[in-house]
Amino acid sequence: MDILTLLVVVPFLTVLVLIFFGKGLVKSRTITLVGSLVQFGLALNLLFAYLKERAINDSIMLFSRDIMWFKSFNIHYAIGVDGVSVALILLTAIIVLAGVFISWKIDQLPKEFFIFLVILAAGVYGFFISVDLFTMFVFYEIAVIPMYLLIGIWGSGPRENSAMKLTLMLMGASAVLLVGILGLYFNSNADGGALTFNIFEIAKVHISEDTQRLFFPIVFIGFAVIGALFPFHTWSPSGHASAPTAVSMLHAGVLMKLGGYGIFRVAMFLLPAGALYWTNFFIVLAVIGIVYGALAAIKQTDLKYINAYSSVSHLGMVLFALLMLNKTAWNGAILQSLSHGFMTALFFALIGMIYGRTHTRDATKMGGLLKIIPFISMIYVVAGLASLGLPGMSGFVAEMNIFAGAFQHTDTFHRVASILTVSAIVITAVYILRVVGMMLMGPIRFDEFKNLPKVTWYERVGIYLLLIPVVGIGIAPMWLSNMIMDSIEPFFKGVEVLINK
Amino acid sequence: MNISNFLVMRHEIILLVLILFMLVLEVFTTTKNKKKLINVAIGLFLIHTIIGFFPQETASLFGGSFKTYGLVHFFKNVLNFGVLIILLQSADWLRDKVAAYNKIPEFFILLFSSLLGMYFMISSGDFLMFYIGLELSTLPLIALIAYNSHDQRATEAGIKMILSAALASAISLFGISMLYATGGSLYFESIATSLHESNLAIFGMVLFFAGIGFKISLAPFHFWTADVYEGAPTQITSYLSVISKGAAVFILMIILFTVLPVLNETWKIVVYIVAIATMFTGNLFALRQQNMKRFLAYSSIAQAGFMLMGIINADELGISTVVFFVLIYIFSNLGAFGVVQAIINQTGKENMEDYKGLYRTNPMLSLVLLLALFSLAGIPPIAGFFGKFFLYTAAAQKGYFILVFIAVVNVTISLYYYLLPVRAMFLETSENPIPYFKSKNMMRAGLLLTVVGVLILGLYSPLYGYIVELSKNIINPDLLTYLAK
Repeated sequence: MDILTLLVVVPFLTVLVLIFFGKGLVKSRTITLVGSLVQFGLALNLLFAYLKERAINDSIMLFSRDIMWFKSFNIHYAIGVDGVSVALILLTAIIVLAGVFISWKIDQLPKEFFIFLVILAAGVYGFFISVDLFTMFVFYEIAVIPMYLLIGIWGSGPRENSAMKLTLMLMGASAVLLVGILGLYFNSNADGGALTFNIFEIAKVHISEDTQRLFFPIVFIGFAVIGALFPFHTWSPSGHASAPTAVSMLHAGVLMKLGGYGIFRVAMFLLPAGALYWTNFFIVLAVIGIVYGALAAIKQTDLKYINAYSSVSHLGMVLFALLMLNKTAWNGAILQSLSHGFMTALFFALIGMIYGRTHTRDATKMGGLLKIIPFISMIYVVAGLASLGLPGMSGFVAEMNIFAGAFQHTDTFHRVASILTVSAIVITAVYILRVVGMMLMGPIRFDEFKNLPKVTWYERVGIYLLLIPVVGIGIAPMWLSNMIMDSIEPFFKGVEVLINK
Repeated sequence: MNISNFLVMRHEIILLVLILFMLVLEVFTTTKNKKKLINVAIGLFLIHTIIGFFPQETASLFGGSFKTYGLVHFFKNVLNFGVLIILLQSADWLRDKVAAYNKIPEFFILLFSSLLGMYFMISSGDFLMFYIGLELSTLPLIALIAYNSHDQRATEAGIKMILSAALASAISLFGISMLYATGGSLYFESIATSLHESNLAIFGMVLFFAGIGFKISLAPFHFWTADVYEGAPTQITSYLSVISKGAAVFILMIILFTVLPVLNETWKIVVYIVAIATMFTGNLFALRQQNMKRFLAYSSIAQAGFMLMGIINADELGISTVVFFVLIYIFSNLGAFGVVQAIINQTGKENMEDYKGLYRTNPMLSLVLLLALFSLAGIPPIAGFFGKFFLYTAAAQKGYFILVFIAVVNVTISLYYYLLPVRAMFLETSENPIPYFKSKNMMRAGLLLTVVGVLILGLYSPLYGYIVELSKNIINPDLLTYLAK
């Protein structure tokens, strides 16, 4: 079996083992831990194998595999990875592993929890390795639907409603995406060839400009809803707030990245003329999302809401960068996806730990936590600094690239949009530092929080797993950046040709 | 009647023998022993189902009135399989509830007669055979709906069914007579070539469509559905919603494609409008249903709307996607009805309220229902998704992107109500949940078959490839070139 298919098979094997042997918390978490460790190993192995193979092989996708699935529709199980997918697969593996550590003490129906968590991860891996639109779509939905049960059963607050809202919005978006995929499929014979779902074959076809203009917004919105594009972001804050910790981590850390990845891989690559036609419209929406998300975060007191809105803002930047249509910005978009993935997962993990101790997520009801739980608080500060883009952290590298790309446009529209986006960083500083000041600094205001349990070893492991990449990308971004930049090149070509015209 | 004729009508003759055998057995068994007939009947039907899988040549009998070819043969097997699952699921009910009224053999005799009618209906080569088949499939069904004659709801449902079915038959007969008037023949093949587009022919086609639309419960001919589904015994409801509906969709498709291609411009418009109306009606009414049987009734109306998306394709792709979808739909719906039935048999509860907290007490049953509902909602990698996706493809192939868009909007609406039972079972807790119970082996087998079906059928692509092969050359290519002239 090839190295990529293993990425999907291992989670499903884990699920099978869980179903038959995962009775009770200890057994189920051990099985899941082993499964995700294997997965993590596979992802690391993939990274090195990729780097080795890349040096001697210059096809766009490496480790490609193509198996006929439904012959009459020309549907293939077609897979392959480039630098972008390798990086995102590694992100997923790390976050899942950290998620298992964070859910160490899940008390309610542990077996089912881990089963759904692993199914979700399997969907994400499958999505990142697919180069066939049909396969991609199947994996996308596999990743989304466990969310309903994960939030609904293990969530808090108005969990049933949040879960329903999230599922309906995401599945509605995927339904729209389906129309877009069918549109691409039935135009893939524009040059007289056979109908195909394979993105590289569709990319070779000259789809007429009108068709591209028609289907670009459909595909774009289909993907962008999960990337929290304004005004379709409303599922995100309530969904994150209600979700259990590990699910928030996976959701904000990985699942929301599917949107940006899909736009990069499908919408921009296959419909460049449509992209050029629609960018300004979507830039407006993205900028509104960025500024609105940041402003909304200022007014929140619930820690999870703050992070959820901050995610809307940060992921708005991914969409913004993709819409800037140049390589530097696209590089920034992918880096931002990675950086935000690690950072937000870390944030949600910390919030989960704080909530587990204080039983409140209201920042105004806490104070002086730095003196009580210094380790968690300290890391919270670090994560906050990464979020507001302090140099030396991953956020800075990503945002630097995005703005370097954005300011390459000299016209007024792009300038205004870029300046508004930059201003969001200032707002980010406001809401991050406000929480840090209110919750962590100052005297201990509430007596009941005087004796909180210390951080446990599994929490530490979870934290380090996420913290190392945040700092690592910040200090030494060039390997990652180079790997991504090389992989962006072929996908950028279509747009580049049109721009130069 | 020689041996080769026997082979051509293998399905029909074996089933007929089975019916007569049950009739004789009923006379010769004492009241005490009637329960044993359940196993005998199911065993015999199992044998019949297995024999059905032996290959079959294309052939026609009675001067073309009765035709059989690969796809029809396959579809009969699909129906058999569905009925087998229904029989397995109803064994407990017959044993525990019906035995007291001493009506066990009647159940099998009526059910098999109805199935025999469907065989004749889908094998028909002229409108006469079609009509006989339609009636034969409907009349026993009415008796089955009112099977619990001591139950007021069931008898009411029976009356409703007989009135609307009679009306529907009359209307479709009227339509057929108009097609006869313009086509000059009852044989499908001669009508196909001699029919010309005229107002009378269109009128006939519409009336015929309306008549069979009653059977499929397409909007606006769906009003009987919810009441009848609710009143009828659950096993009959599942029979109505999958077997009866599936067979009717199949023959509607075959007649539209092969007999009335002349009118395709017109019937495509009809199908388009009815498809949209049916999807919206089914979905919007399903949103607020509390009774599980009514809920599934409206869900099955919506599903019928999706099937029309394949019919609008009017080509080989349409045939294969509709057959594939019906096959998957049979498994998904029988899974859902099976669970509902198991719970009704055990506790008599059939409201969604009662399902609260079911997962904590009956996890396996909840998982079966979860899979069945996800399949109906079309969530990958469960079979229903593939069925629906191919139907979209069929509609999109002919450029009906707006219809596809309306369909995906409907899928999103439907997802909401399919998640409601999931929410009740998994998310909510109840002070008074349905207590744990163990289903009998027959019921388990019935549910297991549906689970295996929804998990495997979609992912296993050779099956679809096989259906595609069968769907070739059903639409006579000569006819198409003739029409093009």
